[in-house]
Amino acid sequence: MNKHFQYVLRMGDNALILGQRMSEWCGHSPFLEEDIAMANCALDHVGRARMLLTHAGTLEDKRRTEDDLAFLRDEREFFNFLICELPIGDYAFTLMRQYLVDAYHFHLYSRLQTSSDGVLAAIAAKAIKETTYHVRRSGDWIIKLGDGSDESHRRMQDALDEVWGYTGELFAADEVDDFASSKGIGPDPHALRLDWERDVFDKLRAATLRIPEEIWPISGGRQGVHTEAMGALLAEMQFLQRSYPGLNW
Amino acid sequence: MSETEILQLLESVHDPEIPSLTIEDLGVLRSARVSGDTVEVVITPTYSGCPAMDVIEADIKKCLTSNGFGNVLVTTRLAPAWTTEWLTEKGREILKKSGIAPPSRCGNVNFPENRIIECPMCDSKSVELLSQFGTTACKALYRCQTCLEPFDYFKCH
Ligand SMILES: [Zn+2]
Repeated sequence: MNKHFQYVLRMGDNALILGQRMSEWCGHSPFLEEDIAMANCALDHVGRARMLLTHAGTLEDKRRTEDDLAFLRDEREFFNFLICELPIGDYAFTLMRQYLVDAYHFHLYSRLQTSSDGVLAAIAAKAIKETTYHVRRSGDWIIKLGDGSDESHRRMQDALDEVWGYTGELFAADEVDDFASSKGIGPDPHALRLDWERDVFDKLRAATLRIPEEIWPISGGRQGVHTEAMGALLAEMQFLQRSYPGLNW
Repeated sequence: MSETEILQLLESVHDPEIPSLTIEDLGVLRSARVSGDTVEVVITPTYSGCPAMDVIEADIKKCLTSNGFGNVLVTTRLAPAWTTEWLTEKGREILKKSGIAPPSRCGNVNFPENRIIECPMCDSKSVELLSQFGTTACKALYRCQTCLEPFDYFKCH
């Protein structure tokens, strides 16, 4: 498969699938301001997915549109990180996943602003401003709830322990990442990891949370091998276009 | 018809979320070019997922076709990325009159604590952040500690 296409597609899939998960909270968050904040952040992710998938579509011969890519691919053709597709769980789990991915996106999009792919650089210039707000918000919650009541601390620690094994995949370089970094399209995942770890370790310590032991990383998303949660997510997200092909608002 | 005349026509196109602002005030309108009966209008989106952009595109088309253009092409240009610096002076005044504090001129998303945000109702600088995310993606929610009114703040981007 065309590696440039694959690289942009993966990023689009991360934004789309995480945005879909976050939007599940719309109308169900613990209180009104948080509901609005979560829905706003979800919108940023879905908006970013539209730009990335549109761009990906121009990089392959099939000339698929953003909608073709979002709604007409099967599970094995999605290449998001597994961490993005995990069910929302309780609010502690949602916020922990969000912070870990926001911190990753912060360093990723910072670097992508100088990508040799001009469209990707332009998308990154927009995304980095949004992500700066996202990571500030999710990072504040990590501190407030981690260093909060006994129950909030316990829930945040449980969430961290549960999700930690999925973070290794964020930095596992394969031939697509090697291609992207050799062409100046994307950053070197190892350098990204060092920046991410510095931020994340500081934040977790400040939140009085225990950083889990190094564990066997759970991966597969980038090969199209997903968790059992993915099928149900796609069924809900794609239902309308699958049942009524070409339907418009 | 010249670019200036087209842009004048487009002064009737407003932001659907803040209807007192035109798309010119908002700074999303980049240029317009005519060849034959085709006109190409270039816009730059404010936020990645801004639902207003689709409405703005449709309104531009409606405005120009009703003024006799057979073919209206709206092109989205991503680079350079839109920034709140592009809000016009008139746009900033309209925001304030609508009860929305205009974005700080520091233009930097990283140092909110250094910003000087004024209450749009009483101009007090003593304000507190209620929520980083307000009624739309572009706004945060603040409260004035002088007049006690909550208000929207148009975030720096
Ligand atoms: Zn006031």
